[in-house]
This record gives sequence, structure tokens and C-alpha cells, in this order.
Amino acid sequence: MISAQYRGVWTLFKKEVWRFWRVAFQTLASPVLTALLYLLIFSHVLEDRVQVYEDVPYTAFLIPGLMMMSMLQNAFANTSSSLIQSKVMGNLVFILLTPLSYLQLFIAFLGASIIRGLAVGLAIFLVSVWFVHLPIANLAWILVFALFGCALLGTFGVIAGIWAEKFDQMAAFQNFVIMPLTFLSGVFYSIHSLPGFWQTVSKFNPFFYMIDGFRYGFFGKSDVSPWLSLVVVMAFLVLLTWVTLKMLKSGYKLRG
Amino acid sequence: MVTPAVSIESIQKQFGKLNALKGIDLTIEQGEFFGLLGPNGAGKSTLINLMAGLLKPTHGQIKVMGHDVQKDYQQSRQNLGVVPQELVFDPFFNVREMLRFQAGYFGRGPENDAWVDEVIESLGLADKANTNMRRLSGGMKRRALIAQALAHKPPVIVLDEPTAGVDVELRQMLWDFIKRLNRDGHTIILTTHYLEEAETLCGRVAMMKAGEIVALDTTENMLRQFAGKNLCLKLKGSLPASLLPMLKHGENNLFTLGLNELGQVEYALSELRKAHVDVEDMQLIEADLEDVFLSIVGKGSSA
Repeated sequence: MISAQYRGVWTLFKKEVWRFWRVAFQTLASPVLTALLYLLIFSHVLEDRVQVYEDVPYTAFLIPGLMMMSMLQNAFANTSSSLIQSKVMGNLVFILLTPLSYLQLFIAFLGASIIRGLAVGLAIFLVSVWFVHLPIANLAWILVFALFGCALLGTFGVIAGIWAEKFDQMAAFQNFVIMPLTFLSGVFYSIHSLPGFWQTVSKFNPFFYMIDGFRYGFFGKSDVSPWLSLVVVMAFLVLLTWVTLKMLKSGYKLRG
Repeated sequence: MVTPAVSIESIQKQFGKLNALKGIDLTIEQGEFFGLLGPNGAGKSTLINLMAGLLKPTHGQIKVMGHDVQKDYQQSRQNLGVVPQELVFDPFFNVREMLRFQAGYFGRGPENDAWVDEVIESLGLADKANTNMRRLSGGMKRRALIAQALAHKPPVIVLDEPTAGVDVELRQMLWDFIKRLNRDGHTIILTTHYLEEAETLCGRVAMMKAGEIVALDTTENMLRQFAGKNLCLKLKGSLPASLLPMLKHGENNLFTLGLNELGQVEYALSELRKAHVDVEDMQLIEADLEDVFLSIVGKGSSA
């Protein structure tokens, strides 16, 4: 039995989870299918041509990257699309009229985005292990990066959802920020295969650290130390959380 | 002393250069049925949005049941249910789910379900309780919107144009339910374009114009003070010049004279006799809130 004090935040969290579950074909099945298509095509083309780590087939190398990429994109999509839809439809008012604090709003939205991200990641894992053997070197690292990666992008989604006023602004955010950062983060390759300049550029991309650290959990091998990746991810998470809470507290674009 | 349901002190709200509210002071006591009237752009919705915490005041303070809507917003919102003017809805859920969620945001759990069912029943939503919000007709969406504001059983209920564009049946059903809530002690604050609704329902009304309250009194006093009665005459001939100051409306040979007291009927008739103008028909009509509204806010305005 949940106490009245926490029921508000629990209800909003539950509603946000139901919201994506109601359209699970779009929010869960579709990203899983997309990831599998990437897996099919890239593994078919590159399996015999590319080997990133010794003893690790390219298809196996690809799976954690695709899992993480999908988790990040979906965690972002959950918070951002929920907020922009509610803003455009006008039904955000039902939440703004409640006694929920800005922190409670953040926790509920973020919690649901993490659940969606993890559900997508787990589904890709469960489907892809039918095709290729995927080792698990360290489960703790896998869980830590999955959790904080989803949290980071869920938080980023809250910022985008508050900032955007129209669907095309949100689409621009997704296509010009999220997509390039995920695709250029080492999902399909090791950054060691890149020329020096692009290796340096990649190291400024926080998505690289999430994927590299997550991959370490499977193979025990990575481009940089997982501890460094964790520090970078946590630093970004703290920074974006601070920005988000500032925005929510001030009522930026939500309360005039 | 009983805490007022709503107390508004020196509220100002500026949007850029626009001074939307120019220092509003208003106290609404618990249990009142209060009407907030005014033409479009008078600042009624801005005032409601400030009460609800959807806007922040430029200056001043609002308290709901003694709780500051900015500093003590969680308590003040617990006490307030607002029916927004726009027909908004969440397309993912059905009516009952939405109402339970809405109550849940306010900390209400399964113990509140009986109340949610009562609201559903009282607003004629029982047949549609399990229908997705998207599939509801406009009138049904309006009912669901009202139900959402009531889901946590707030002591102060604000209805911003709740009957705009809804049929007579819903209006009747809604007002029966709201009157019952008012009898049970809930404070009701209503803005409406239908002045006859405000006249029938509200014990007290405030009239707003250009961000200010221009009249505030009991409905009864306002009707007496500002409008009195109307004398409608059908004449064979034109109106004598001596009666022109009383003329409110004249077209062809139909004239409406505004009376401050009943004695003026005799005066009007004697003036007509003097001018040898015959009266074909005559009617004495109680002035309504529309007359008051027009005399205060000005002709050409709509409530």
C-alpha cells in the first residue's frame, strides 16, 4: 500500500509507463525491429571483413552497441514525446494543476523513460542471443551503464520536451543532435579504427562513453577504461539533471 | 474568523507591455457561488490561471483556503479544482482511467474510487466510462474535463466557461450537480458567457473590464442598484422628448424605458397622456444581469 505522500509521483510514473505500453507496437516492437535490421545488414556485410576485438565476432561486437543506441534513443523519446504531445494537445495542464513538485515531476517522467529504455534493450538482447553467442564479462557494468545511460537521455528528453514548442522543433532536436551523436559514438566500430583527429572528436561525444562502458560489461574490453566512461556519464547526468531541475523549478515555458 | 476560500490581494499581471491585471483585490468566502463576468480579454482567465499557479503574478498574493498559491502551492492546489476553458484531453486513456490518475496525482487512492464513480454518474458519463477520451463527442469531452477537476473532491471549484458550446441537457445536469456540491459546502467560482446562468446561480458577482474589477456585489443588489425594471411600450406615435432620458432602446414604435423605481411607470404614462400618444401594449420586465453588465461594462461588449 503506497502512502498518500508518494501516491502522486507513483501515479504519474505509472501513467507514463502505461502511455508507452498502450502503443507498444510503436514504442517497443518498432525499435527492436530496427535494431535487428541493422544487425542483419551490418553483420551480413561486415562479419568476415571486420574484427574489432580479438576473439569477438563482429556481429557479437555490434549487439551491445545497437542495444545501447536503442535504449538511449527510446529513453529520450519517452520523456520528450510525452512532454511535447501534452504541450501541443494542451493536456499538460492536468499535471501542472496538481500539487506535484518539480522534483516529483522529474522523477516520474525519468523513471518511465528508464523503464522504456531498459525494456527495449532487454528485448533486443533476448532476440539477438538467438543468432549469436554474447558473453557477459561483468553484469554490474552492463546494468550500471544501461541505467545511467537511459537516465541521461531521459533527462535530456525532459529538457528537449520543455524547450520545444512544436513537433518540428522536436524532430530537429532528434535528427540533428541525438541521431548524429548516437551514430558517431562507436556503435558500429571501435574509435581506434578512426584517424587520430576523429578519435579525438569522438572523445568529446558523451554517447561514446555510454556505449564503450556498456560494451565492456559484455566483452571485458573497451576503447577507454569503464571507470573513465562512468565518470563522464555521471558528470553529464549531474549537469543535465541540474539544468532540468532549474528549468522545472523556474517554470520555464511551462508556467508563465 | 473563517478562512476565505480565495483571497486575492493587489494582484497585477503583466505580459510584456500588456497590463493584463491592474491590481485586483477580491475575497471569496467559503461556500459562496461566485460569478466572474467580463468581456473577452477582461482578465478573467488570467486571474484563474494565477489562482491555479499556471501563471506567476507580477505583484500581489493569492491564497486558496489560506494557502499562498506560490509559496505553499502544494496545499493550495490540494484545495482547488479547475475546469480549464479549452477542451483538452489525454488521448491515451479512457474516462475512468483518467479520473483515477487525476485523483492519484493529488494523493487519492482506491478509497476515492467511490467518489470518482459518483462524479461519472452525476455527469452522465457512466456509459462512456470505459471509452477512450479520443472517441468521445465534444459534449462528452466537456463532461470528462469537468469530472477531472472534481476527481480529488476539492473544496474550491473553479469553472472557466464550463458550458461553452454544450447542449441544454448537459447544462442542466452540470448545474444540478454543481448546485448540490455548493449545498454540501463547496465554494464555486464561475466564469460564463451566459449571463442568465450567472444570474440564476451566483449569489455574488464581480464584473471585470480591462484588467480591473469594475463592480462587485451580490447579484440581487447589483440588479436592484444598476438596473431596476424595464418598461416596454408599443406606442401609436413617437416617444415624447421628456421620456428620452429614460430610453434604453427604441425601434419603430417599440420603446424600452429603464426604471429606477416603480413610481416612474405613472410618470411615463402621464407624459404619454400629455403628449396624446396612445399605448397599444405595455409590459413591465425585471432587468436582468445583461442589462447590468451592459450598463457597467459598456455596450458592444459580450460577457
